[in-house]
Amino acid sequence: MRDKRRTDLIALAALVCTVVVLLLANRYLDDYKIRIINLSGIYVTLGLSMNLINGFTGLFSLGHAGFMAVGAYTVALLTMPIPMKEMNFFFQPIVPWLANVEVGFLPALLAAGLISAFLGVLIGAPVLRLRDDYLAIATLGFAEIIRVVFTNTQSLTNGALGLKGIPNYTNTWWSWGVAFFTIWFVSFLIRGSYGKAFMAIREDEVAAEAMGINLFKHKVLSFAFASFFAGIAGGLLASLLGTIDPNMFRITLTFNILLIVVLGGLGRIAGTVVAAVIVTVMMEALRFLDESINLGFIQLKGIPGMRMVVFSIILILVVLLRKEGLFTRLKGRESSYAEN
Amino acid sequence: MLEVMDLHVNYGGIAALRGINLTIKENQIVTLIGANGAGKSSTLRAIMGLVKKSKGQVLYKGEDISNLPTKDIVAKGITMVPEGRRVFANLTVEENLLLGAYTRSDHKAIARDMEKVYSTFPRLKERSWQKAGTLSGGEQQMLAVGRALMSSPQILMMDEPSLGLAPLLVKEVFEIILLLREQGNTILLVEQNAKKALEIADYGYVLETGQLVLEGPGKALLADAKVQEAYLGAAR
Repeated sequence: MRDKRRTDLIALAALVCTVVVLLLANRYLDDYKIRIINLSGIYVTLGLSMNLINGFTGLFSLGHAGFMAVGAYTVALLTMPIPMKEMNFFFQPIVPWLANVEVGFLPALLAAGLISAFLGVLIGAPVLRLRDDYLAIATLGFAEIIRVVFTNTQSLTNGALGLKGIPNYTNTWWSWGVAFFTIWFVSFLIRGSYGKAFMAIREDEVAAEAMGINLFKHKVLSFAFASFFAGIAGGLLASLLGTIDPNMFRITLTFNILLIVVLGGLGRIAGTVVAAVIVTVMMEALRFLDESINLGFIQLKGIPGMRMVVFSIILILVVLLRKEGLFTRLKGRESSYAEN
Repeated sequence: MLEVMDLHVNYGGIAALRGINLTIKENQIVTLIGANGAGKSSTLRAIMGLVKKSKGQVLYKGEDISNLPTKDIVAKGITMVPEGRRVFANLTVEENLLLGAYTRSDHKAIARDMEKVYSTFPRLKERSWQKAGTLSGGEQQMLAVGRALMSSPQILMMDEPSLGLAPLLVKEVFEIILLLREQGNTILLVEQNAKKALEIADYGYVLETGQLVLEGPGKALLADAKVQEAYLGAAR
């Protein structure tokens, strides 16, 4: 009980600190840095949503980019002003039932989450019978299918041309507000009986089933929650960037999130939050690796994607040396998965 | 209390059980012995609704529970301690026990049963905040039993509880089973350790390739020549 109260206090302190930091940041930082702060918040949401499936429920899913695409396109199409839609869809007109729709940001975000969650259940119902690597392959395939479908449904998504002029509603309050809601929701879920059931499934499916836990229901539920938040995060991203196209939502995007989850620790909430911020900042800070580097005596040619090599190496090292994640205190044998 | 009638189970066309009849009376230890692959575990899994029955009925207190989902069977008071312990290694002892009470919602009763489990197994109480994976094999078996007791079962079905334990711990496990009966539990015990199981059992069934070949009071089976030859390693 005292542990719980302590965690609550820490969470409250973190919330207050974040609000202060955001206030100061909005006042003094330039647009580029504000954008990184926004991205951090979005990646916190994404990291936690993936950790819910991969970390807490122990299902290896790689479908996040697909759910984000669904959310991003939902928000884009629902919030875009009507004249802007006409400009975007010059090649082939937009389907009539979407042509004259324009809703606020909050309903659009909710729609993004719900449609994404619905798709999550739809795809989850058949594929969640698979285990481990088979599930990873199936979900990966799902994300690719979404991308290919969006590339080819010209009158719905404007195909490969993408969408431009999406209103920029996302600000630091939206991105971090959603991030904090996600943190609260996931912690709440994990403390309750659903969370216990998720973790029991992760630990041992046979025993969990013998305890009377409905495996299928809980797996689908975990999948639905995760895709809900992935959809919302996709929507925030679309509204932050202002333009989206299907190629944004490739496997590399899922990989970034997986990196956060593994660095932060499977089944760890605080670690995921810290890892999300660090990875997002590093993605920008390490940009110099992609450019040519002048060491004075020798000029190294820039290799685009060098950043990702660095991240991949970090990922490999963490998996080999510290499976519990970077920020887990090791207490003898009582390490992984505690506190949360 | 529990009656199994003409139970058949097929795995992809191969018959694992071919017409099993069991009767388990209240507050008895009933054991099911047999060689590897005879269908002992399949019988338990079929009763729990974890595998599909191709034919047959399971009656619990006269009520047909053949087609209920596992969670309803657990809620009615039948629990299984799965083979190989299968504790939730990365969760604490306490969390493991709470998961045993997953189908229940009466918090007061759950807390009371938790105390009862702790008083039966004081070592679990000492280690309540420890990860289950850090317990020794014997302690994990106690935890698996304790976890099953947390569902407040009327019938406890144990699948090979002595498997992989040191001889001293095997003895302890059987003492626990006797203690559980003293506390009023009904137990269906599946064991490869036929001698030990028959010694404590009120009634026993011998299973061979999916069929019952022999049944009788534990002591009588223990003395039976056929059982001695096939399962107790007596010379011809």
